[in-house]
Amino acid sequence: MPGRDPHAATGKSASALQIFLTFTQITLSGFGGTGFWSRLVLVERRHWLTHRDYVDCMSVAQLLPGPNVFNLAVIVGHRLGGFAGSAAAISGLVLWPFLIMIAVGLLYERYGELALVQRALAGISAVAVGLVLANSIKLASVLPRRWRPWLFVALAFAGIGLMRLPLIGVVAALAPFGIALAWREKH
Amino acid sequence: MDNRPDVPALFLHFLMLAAISIGGTDTVLPDMHRYLVEVHGWITSKQFADAYAIARAVPGPNMLYVTLLGWQVAGLTGAIATTLALAIPPVTITLLVVRLSARNPGAPLGRAIKLGLAPITIGLMFATSWILMRAVNDDWRGYLVTFITLVVVLRTRLNPLWLIAAGALIGVAGAV
Repeated sequence: MPGRDPHAATGKSASALQIFLTFTQITLSGFGGTGFWSRLVLVERRHWLTHRDYVDCMSVAQLLPGPNVFNLAVIVGHRLGGFAGSAAAISGLVLWPFLIMIAVGLLYERYGELALVQRALAGISAVAVGLVLANSIKLASVLPRRWRPWLFVALAFAGIGLMRLPLIGVVAALAPFGIALAWREKH
Repeated sequence: MDNRPDVPALFLHFLMLAAISIGGTDTVLPDMHRYLVEVHGWITSKQFADAYAIARAVPGPNMLYVTLLGWQVAGLTGAIATTLALAIPPVTITLLVVRLSARNPGAPLGRAIKLGLAPITIGLMFATSWILMRAVNDDWRGYLVTFITLVVVLRTRLNPLWLIAAGALIGVAGAV
């Protein structure tokens, strides 16, 4: 979808309460992480973002310091409802898990027996990985079927996934070429 | 070693870590361990590992293990200190970036940046999937659960919470 700016295109807006409740839903569904659920709820359930918008927001979120999902909440909240939207999104995301953590902290002090939790976790983790992988595949559908973008997918995957290079180095090496090529294709 | 918790120092240290945590909170996890366990002895290494495991088992962002770390160091004030410290720098920096880019929404350079970064972002997501898959799955049974999850999510409209519940049961039964 060339020539279309994602920040102006959808123009969807939502009330602070809707945003708060939506991020509450994302975070309370987020066993094994919230990445999968943020895509599912924002794109497929609420239709607040397209997959293309989601990738654009995520590109920015990943480059900034902090948990990606915090940054994503701020960006998406701002698109939908300005500063109040950002505040609603980050509160919805953090408030409930914070309270749950306090409750778990109390239980842990009293019992501290984690064998059952560890075993449940092994199963949850295997499922959660499948969810993350499904996310990657669904989001990859926004890329055009030309070899150039996929070359960058492969290089980023190899740098981080196979060679375990630092994120900053990989992005610093690839981003200028990716951006320059995207610029040239448009002009 | 001084075992008395110093909440303001804890807050400032985590604030600094959050501000430099490009690529997510896990990139600064080793330094949290060094600071809490090795330098100050406020918590044990087992408490640290347990906090990390618990945070992945309960709903919410995984990096909220920092809340539990703060709780273990200094109770409720500790939990509030580490959680706020984790959130304040990323939220502030992201808001600044969003405000700056909103001022100039249709700039062609901005579009080229987004188009150019999208494949890299997707490559990073595949890398994350790959690393996690190898870290959490011990043998073929784990990979089978991952593969079945993938197929169900891509092919059906079943609510994935059922898959999470099934995963927990399989784990408790000792099958992975």
